[in-house]
Amino acid sequence: MSSIHVLKAGLLTTVQDLGRPGFAAIGVSASGAADPISLRLGNRLVGNAEGAAALEMTLLGGTFVFSQGAVVALTGADFGASVDDGGEVSIGVSFELRPGQTLRLGSTRTGARCYLCVHGGIVVPPFLGSASTHVLSGTGGFQGRPLRAGDALSTGPATQAFRKRRIAPAMSEFVASRKVLRATPGPQAGWFSKASRRSFYLATYRVQEQSDRLGLRLEGPAVSQNRPRAMITEGVSLGAVQVPPGGSPVILFVEQQTSGGYPKMANVISADLAPLGQLRPRDEIRFELVSWRLARSLLIEQERLMASAEAILE
Amino acid sequence: MTGSVQFKPASDQSLLVYFAAKITLKAHQRVRKLLHLLEAEPIAGVRNLHPAYCSLLLDFDALQLGHAELVGILRDYLRRAETLDWKEPRELEIPTCYGGEFGPDLDVLARLHRMTPAEVVKLHSSVRYVVYFLGFVPGFAYLGGLPEELATPRLPNPRRSTPAGSVGIAGRQTGVYPFATPGGWRVIGRTPLTMFDLSREGMSLLAVGDHVRFLPISVDRFRAIESA
Repeated sequence: MSSIHVLKAGLLTTVQDLGRPGFAAIGVSASGAADPISLRLGNRLVGNAEGAAALEMTLLGGTFVFSQGAVVALTGADFGASVDDGGEVSIGVSFELRPGQTLRLGSTRTGARCYLCVHGGIVVPPFLGSASTHVLSGTGGFQGRPLRAGDALSTGPATQAFRKRRIAPAMSEFVASRKVLRATPGPQAGWFSKASRRSFYLATYRVQEQSDRLGLRLEGPAVSQNRPRAMITEGVSLGAVQVPPGGSPVILFVEQQTSGGYPKMANVISADLAPLGQLRPRDEIRFELVSWRLARSLLIEQERLMASAEAILE
Repeated sequence: MTGSVQFKPASDQSLLVYFAAKITLKAHQRVRKLLHLLEAEPIAGVRNLHPAYCSLLLDFDALQLGHAELVGILRDYLRRAETLDWKEPRELEIPTCYGGEFGPDLDVLARLHRMTPAEVVKLHSSVRYVVYFLGFVPGFAYLGGLPEELATPRLPNPRRSTPAGSVGIAGRQTGVYPFATPGGWRVIGRTPLTMFDLSREGMSLLAVGDHVRFLPISVDRFRAIESA
C-alpha cells in the first residue's frame, strides 16, 4: 500500500469510479465519474481495470505528494501539471513518480475535469459496491466528501512494472470537447409548441456558474410550454433536459436525483455524456436532434473503439 | 386483466412504463408489482429501476438491448406481474418528537393553517401514509396521504442543512430526511430512527409500498431511542 498526501485539494476533488447503478429504487443515483471515458482511458494507461477509482478534479487541480512513488496518468482536461523538479507533464500518457515526488496541477486550460489515475487504484471503503463520492448525501469516496489539504489516500498494491503508454490519436474524438450535443426527444417533448422545439434546437445556450455534478444549468432563450400542465414526478435518466417553469433548461447529470417533476424536452445521447463532464461555466452549447437509430449506433461505435486494443498505444 | 400500459423511450438507454396519467393507489400497486418481479427476475442488460407514483423507468445497456426488444420482454413481465401473489404491505411506525428544537417550523406551519401546534401534530400522526417511491437522497421516501389541511408550500429560502431524521412537509407531501442535507421542506419534528443504514438488510428503513404512521414521542423518549 502506497499513499498520496494531499497538500492542496483544488476546487472540488473527489474519488470517483464508474458509479453504482442498481439502487435507484432506494433513491441512490448511479453517480460516478463525470467524464467516464477519460477515467477509463486513464486507468488503462496505468495498467488498472477500466473502472478503478481515481481522483476527479474540477477546474482547479490539487498538489499531491507520493511518499512511495507511483505510476500515474492524467486524462481529461489539461490542468497544466508539473512535477517538483520542474518538468511539465502531458495529458494522456503514463509516467512514473519517484518516492517523495510532488505532482502539482493548476487551473484548467481546456475542459472542466482532469482525472488523476494511479496504478493500483485509490482504495476507499466501498459504498454499495462503488468508490464514487456522492457529495450531496455525504456517502462513498473518501469520508463521503471532497478532499481537503492534509488528507492521506491509500492506493492498491502494484501488480505490474511501469510501462510507457499513451492514448491513441484515434481516440481524440471521444476526449475532445464537444459544443454541439446530440439529443433524442424527451418523454414530454410533445408538451412544447412546435415553435418552442424549433427554437430549442436553433438556440445557443450558455452553461451557468451554478452547474455541478447534479445538473448543468443553461442560460438562453426560454423554452415555453404549449399550455402548462401538471406533471407527475417520474424517473429521470442521465442527460435528461428538464425545463422548469422559468424556461431555463437543466441537463441532469451524474449525481442527479433519481426522479424529477419537470417536463423533459430532450435527452443528450449516451455517446455525448462524457463530453458533458468537460463543459465549463460560460461554455456555449447547442443541441442537435438525432434519430434513435443514430444515437444507438454512435454508442456502439464508441464502445467498439474503447474495447479495442488500439485505443492505447505502448 | 393487464390494464392499459404506455411505453415511451426516455433516452437511448432508458424506457418509461406508464400505468396511469394520474396518481392512484391502483396504478401504484401495478408499479410495485412490476418492480417486484423485475427485482426477483432481473432482465439481462437492465441496469437500474426508477419507480415513481404511476410509472417505472428502466435504464438499460444499449449494447445489449433496444427499446422494442425491451418492450417485448416487459409485456410478458407485465402479464405475469398481474397474477403475482400479493403480500400485504408492511405497517411501520416512525416515532417522532414534534416541535421545539426538533421541529423549528411547527409553530409557523400551525399559524399558517390557523391551528394550534397540538392540532397539527394530532392530524399529522392520525393518518396512514403510503411510500410511493424513494429519491432525492438515499432512503428519502415520498409519502402520499398528507391531509389536505396540512399542505404547505416549501420554505421561501431553503435551509443550508436540515438535520438527519427531520420530518418535513412540502406541498402535499411529507417525508423524513435520512441525511443532513440542504432542503426547503417545513420541518415539524424529528425521529431518532436511522432511515438509511448500510448494515441493515435493504439499507433503507422504508421501501416502496410500505404503510407508515408517525407516533408522537417526548424528548426523553427520543433520547432513549437515540442512545439505545
